[in-house]
Amino acid sequence: MDPVNRIFHEEQPPPVRTTGLLAWSKENLFSSWFNIVISILLFWIIYQFVAFVLSWGLINAVWFGETAQACPDSSGACWAFITSRWRLFVYGLYPNDLYWRVNVVYVLAAITIASFVWSFGKSTMRIRMTMFIGFPIAAYIFLIGGFWGLKYITPENFGGLLLTLTIATSGIFGSIPLGLILMLGRTSDLKIYSKVCTVFIEFWRGVPHIVVIVMFVALLPLFVPGGGKVDIVVRAFIAFAAFNSAYMAEVFRGGLQSIPKGQFEASRAIGLSYWKMMGYIILPQAIRNSIPALVNTCISIFKETTIVLLVGFSDFLGIIHLSLETPDWLGPPHISTSGYVFAAMIYFVFTFGMSKYSKRLENRSNVDN
Amino acid sequence: MSETPIISFNTVNKWYGDFHVLRNIDLQVKKGERIVICGPSGSGKSTLIRCINRLEEHQQGTIIVDDIELTDDVKNIDSIRLEVGMVFQSFNLFPHMTVLENLIIGQHLVRRLPKRDAEEVAMTYLERVKIADQAIKYPGQLSGGQQQRVAIARSLCMKPKIMLFDEVTSALDPEMVKEVLDVMVDLAQEGMTMLVVTHEMGFARTVADRVIFMDEGQIIEENTPDAFFDNPTSERAQNFIGQVLHHL
Repeated sequence: MDPVNRIFHEEQPPPVRTTGLLAWSKENLFSSWFNIVISILLFWIIYQFVAFVLSWGLINAVWFGETAQACPDSSGACWAFITSRWRLFVYGLYPNDLYWRVNVVYVLAAITIASFVWSFGKSTMRIRMTMFIGFPIAAYIFLIGGFWGLKYITPENFGGLLLTLTIATSGIFGSIPLGLILMLGRTSDLKIYSKVCTVFIEFWRGVPHIVVIVMFVALLPLFVPGGGKVDIVVRAFIAFAAFNSAYMAEVFRGGLQSIPKGQFEASRAIGLSYWKMMGYIILPQAIRNSIPALVNTCISIFKETTIVLLVGFSDFLGIIHLSLETPDWLGPPHISTSGYVFAAMIYFVFTFGMSKYSKRLENRSNVDN
Repeated sequence: MSETPIISFNTVNKWYGDFHVLRNIDLQVKKGERIVICGPSGSGKSTLIRCINRLEEHQQGTIIVDDIELTDDVKNIDSIRLEVGMVFQSFNLFPHMTVLENLIIGQHLVRRLPKRDAEEVAMTYLERVKIADQAIKYPGQLSGGQQQRVAIARSLCMKPKIMLFDEVTSALDPEMVKEVLDVMVDLAQEGMTMLVVTHEMGFARTVADRVIFMDEGQIIEENTPDAFFDNPTSERAQNFIGQVLHHL
């Protein structure tokens, strides 16, 4: 035989796979006796779980009612607790007649999120930057006010979802730019910047957040002159931005380290200054590489807002907790279970949304490279 | 014709820590001259050309490029980088920008050309490296040879007086080497001052005015390409040529 294969092989389609639900389950679920047993067992567990969720959460649930008497039966959830108090959960103690101001901010928040989800061609970046900077300012104007005919509302009236979202937003929107600055400082060639930023980062990362919150909220007036004048809730905003900026700085530093040396050299070789090199070449790539870790940090910021419970704030979880202890709703334990399940669902919706968004961004950057 | 050299190294020394990487380098390059630098790896040839646009700092001696001395003065460094283009072994295109944007960014940010004009310049150079049809693709979608040609075009857009090539064909698949060398030959024929670190002996013979052989941080031999390749005087150059030719 001729050792060299001289026949030219035509391109051929891949072998036809037997697909369809039946073929798939035969291959993956019922290929052996052992797998059959496992599969049936799993189906049974899933069935039991779904059946329980449906009967507890929907079929036997009580949807409306004003007090604990509405939910005597523990076989179903007590959503009446949520429906009768949802205003408190969403708006906190914000004055009833000014709910529209909160609604405006919620709508603006939705628009901001949308601007980060959809693409607008060439002006995408400009629109997103505008929203990123504009949203916190607009939120401040509408929520707190005090000028342009908007009545001043002290942030101490914030509560429920409003407080959770404002703390999370100031944590996220504050810590990203601060973190970038800290990262640039830490990686700077100038020793003094680098040292100062490193000390700052290590300090905020090293101290338990509860300590920071307690210090800012309860003890600030004792060691900072005039600290008592700053609104107690605003102090919590600052604390969240401060310690999370340290995490953000490290997230961005990880992204920066993933950029090959050649990118710096090529930028230098075409004559870009340090700031132009960073702004146009290095940071866009570094930030993109940091997205998974960045979203991870955002998720943990969002969930961690619940620690303000410890200094007596009524954030979303806190206000549900408090409402469960009012005389109206003191009752069988399944009422509080319903309340906490609802809280968990809301937190999950937000964090799952963030996680989906991160996945999307990752996929998109894979296409570009 | 005696004119002042466009690049001049005067007893330049450089160390990486304790390692003496450049030893007493003296080198004058005239305007329009094409110089090929070769030598075994670790001989300091890349470091030498990287000193010219100050990607590396020298510690002793002076380097003068186009009448500007390279010092710590940022202004001097910036104005020299305007005169000197550089192409790298690993292309170093900006992966988050299209080919066209890669070519525009330097002109726009450094030369302060309006984007529209910069785009026109970019297209002319893409035309020249025969890659204009790929302008709106991202670097990751191009082959190595195409990427390297884009990198050359990116440097040329800045209208440099001097071009540095640092082993630009070493990372390429064999069938792509020629398309990149063709562009470089073209450039040489237009009278660009070029310093080329390469082991492509064919290229050196057709294009170079001078070949410089380096070993252990020193310039060992300097000659016309024909004289250097046919009759190397030092034993180290003889060994080196023997090894390089052996591979061909």
